[in-house]
Amino acid sequence: MADVTTETVAARQASVSHQQRLRNLLQYAGMLPVLIILCIGFGLENERFFSLTNASIVLQQAAINTVLAAGMTFVILTAGIDLSVGSILAASAMGALIVSKIPDIGMLGIVAGLGIGLLFGLLNGLLISAIRLPPFIVTLGSLTAVRGIARLMGADTTIFNPSLPFAFIGNATLFGVSWLVIIAMIVVLLSWFILRRTVLGTRIYAVGGNPDAARLTGIKVGSILLFVYATSGFLAGLGGVMSAARLYAANGLQLGQSYELDAIAAVILGGTSFTGGIGSIWGTLIGALIIAILTNGLVLSGVSDIWQFIVKGLVIIGAVALDRYRLDHKGRT
Amino acid sequence: MTGQTTNVLDNTPSSVASSGQRSAALEMRGISKTFGPVRALADVSLTAYSGEIHALMGENGAGKSTLMKILSGAYHADSGGEIRIDGKPLQIGNPLAGRRSGIAVIYQELALAPNLTVAENMFLGEEMRRNGMIDRTSMNAAAQPYLDRLAAPFSPTSKVASLSIAERQLVEIARALAGHPHILVMDEPTTALSAREAEKLFTIIRTLRDEGIAIIYISHRMAEVYELSDRVSVLRDGSMVGTLLREELNPQTLVRMMVGRESSSFYKKEHRAPLTDRKIALEARNMDDGHRVHDCSFSVAEGEVLGIAGLVGSGRTELARLIYGADPKKRGQVFVNGQERAIHNPRDAIDAGIVYLTEDRKVLGLFLDMSINGNVNINVLDEDARAGGVLNLAAAKRRAADAIKKLGVRAPNAEINVGSLSGGNQQKVLLSRLLETNPRVLILDEPTRGVDIGAKSEIYRIIDQLARTGAAIVVISSELPEVIGVSDRVVVMRDGHLVGEVVAQADAPITQEAIMELVTDMGSAKAA
Repeated sequence: MADVTTETVAARQASVSHQQRLRNLLQYAGMLPVLIILCIGFGLENERFFSLTNASIVLQQAAINTVLAAGMTFVILTAGIDLSVGSILAASAMGALIVSKIPDIGMLGIVAGLGIGLLFGLLNGLLISAIRLPPFIVTLGSLTAVRGIARLMGADTTIFNPSLPFAFIGNATLFGVSWLVIIAMIVVLLSWFILRRTVLGTRIYAVGGNPDAARLTGIKVGSILLFVYATSGFLAGLGGVMSAARLYAANGLQLGQSYELDAIAAVILGGTSFTGGIGSIWGTLIGALIIAILTNGLVLSGVSDIWQFIVKGLVIIGAVALDRYRLDHKGRT
Repeated sequence: MTGQTTNVLDNTPSSVASSGQRSAALEMRGISKTFGPVRALADVSLTAYSGEIHALMGENGAGKSTLMKILSGAYHADSGGEIRIDGKPLQIGNPLAGRRSGIAVIYQELALAPNLTVAENMFLGEEMRRNGMIDRTSMNAAAQPYLDRLAAPFSPTSKVASLSIAERQLVEIARALAGHPHILVMDEPTTALSAREAEKLFTIIRTLRDEGIAIIYISHRMAEVYELSDRVSVLRDGSMVGTLLREELNPQTLVRMMVGRESSSFYKKEHRAPLTDRKIALEARNMDDGHRVHDCSFSVAEGEVLGIAGLVGSGRTELARLIYGADPKKRGQVFVNGQERAIHNPRDAIDAGIVYLTEDRKVLGLFLDMSINGNVNINVLDEDARAGGVLNLAAAKRRAADAIKKLGVRAPNAEINVGSLSGGNQQKVLLSRLLETNPRVLILDEPTRGVDIGAKSEIYRIIDQLARTGAAIVVISSELPEVIGVSDRVVVMRDGHLVGEVVAQADAPITQEAIMELVTDMGSAKAA
């Protein structure tokens, strides 16, 4: 620390706000150092890691999780949780494929996928905001129930559509960038805009930071909760469409299994507080990239599937522990 | 706060002498307690004899509860004090040692496990066992005599959840008796009881006294203290003011002892224009939540400051929240400028021009993780927003900067987290949030709680200025000098009812005594 005694009041105030900005930056950057270290490590270990092809593979793999995690960021900012996104993704993908097989209006599969996601998200939101059930319970229930619905939709079989009209989403590129990646980036940018540049976004932070105070300032807490769960459902629907477009197929039983855990991990890695009110979408993006790079790097290094699970889990816990320690330390100075 | 320190009466000698040869069950000497910079107790001494009911009185925050928590061992005292039980010194700050030497405390909030039986509650933590299993039969048998002694109309096997509040109180007393106490402390035991239940409780308390237990009875209610107590000690601002014998009790002396301090010029406002033919800004009619607020009606004029006095728990905050739409009401109408407004939630209230400053700014008011800017602007985001609900960052910045300047918030900039500010500055931020909506009516609940003297006087200045600009202001406060200092008129609340009004006249300012009489129900004390 600089010698405080020689500073003028103004300079001290400037340094306080400088520190504040540094703290904010650290909070934003959060896991960025971890991401960079992981990249360097895997790069040294395997020369194929730093290739353009591999980079585009990693980004594609991260895309769907990023979209789910963006929705999850809205939810966790209100101190909630959405466990149902994997199941909703499966049901939406099923719906999108079924509609895509109808001649002439196959493109409406996209609308169907998005609509199914939005519908389930709204249902979650209504149960949580109107009946005031705990989010964990509600979405645990819909995790199971919507999974069943997804299986029902395909009569428990895999649905194929080799001539999928919107297959470009999953397989084509624009200026060399995969559509999946472009969609994910648009989602991240829109989320940032809503959270940081609109009245709605400020209210989401307010409700998460102090729901009682939010109510006393006249914020309709119920509507805010309805919005975040609807958004999470809608983005899970988008994830379903992306996934259907990539695979030309969907299976109600297997698709999207435990995707909710990767999405939650990305949000938490990104520094968003489980108690609500603190966090950013950029952190979530970094979190999603860490998870994708970890998976990719371990595969390239030939680590077995079993060990990938163990390593991934430990890295998540370790990274968050490190982050907590660092922020605590900063807080004291 | 500067208080006069001369005692109204001598603390010890005369009363000790007249108490004859009875032995002192409890002697507390030179007890002091500081919480950080706040001195809660200063050199307090208290003596209680076996077989007496000793009432402990004082305003909110006078230090009664702190003193009793030190006695029970829940708090450590500052060094230098001493407690003796039956002449033997007690290790201070050790609850177990206290219990073993015969101290039992029944707190205002009953601490029973509702899903357990009466006997299980009585022996909680000291369950009887046989072969490592709980021995319910022995416990029930052991509990019965205590219940008989209290003539309790329930059995040891009754579930506490099925008992009334008065019956639960008996369980607490039975639990205390099971520890064979020499000293029994009861903190406002009648708060939740009806008059008949209270009467029964008094009979029990007298029986226990006659059995030789020293009873320390904390109460705000003058009438009960008159009926029950053998001696009364009064605490004020953390000091023992004095102890009165039963024969010496009279309302005037007691009130003077409790109130004591003069209202200093600190609170005095410059006299505002007299309140003739002002328009009524807020009228509340028959407000009732069927629970804590009963049929309350009052009105405030433009430019007037109305104080609401009353004890904590008398329903003041609940009344304010009812008007503000924060809690559902059973009955009641709210008129703003003569027009009835349907207020179902805080948004409706804000739209009607009513704002409410919560008594608990950290829990119910501020967003501690957000900046000053975010906290100040939260009510006017919509008003300022561009098309599509896009934030107007420039307007927000301007408002935050203006607020900091106008209310004198001490902070390096508006982007700093509110959580890092001092109590006084946090309160100013919360106040400026309210002011941003240009309210016609402000309800301020304990506006100076937990702020330092400097910020206090600035908040008084702000209140005065607001009144001068024609706002109607309601100030709820537990500090009598504050209520009197800022208000043109004071209404008093007791047990959910508005029980009286004191108006300041040019030649006769409001006195603390006048309010205290209403607060403590002196009228019925005189009648008793």
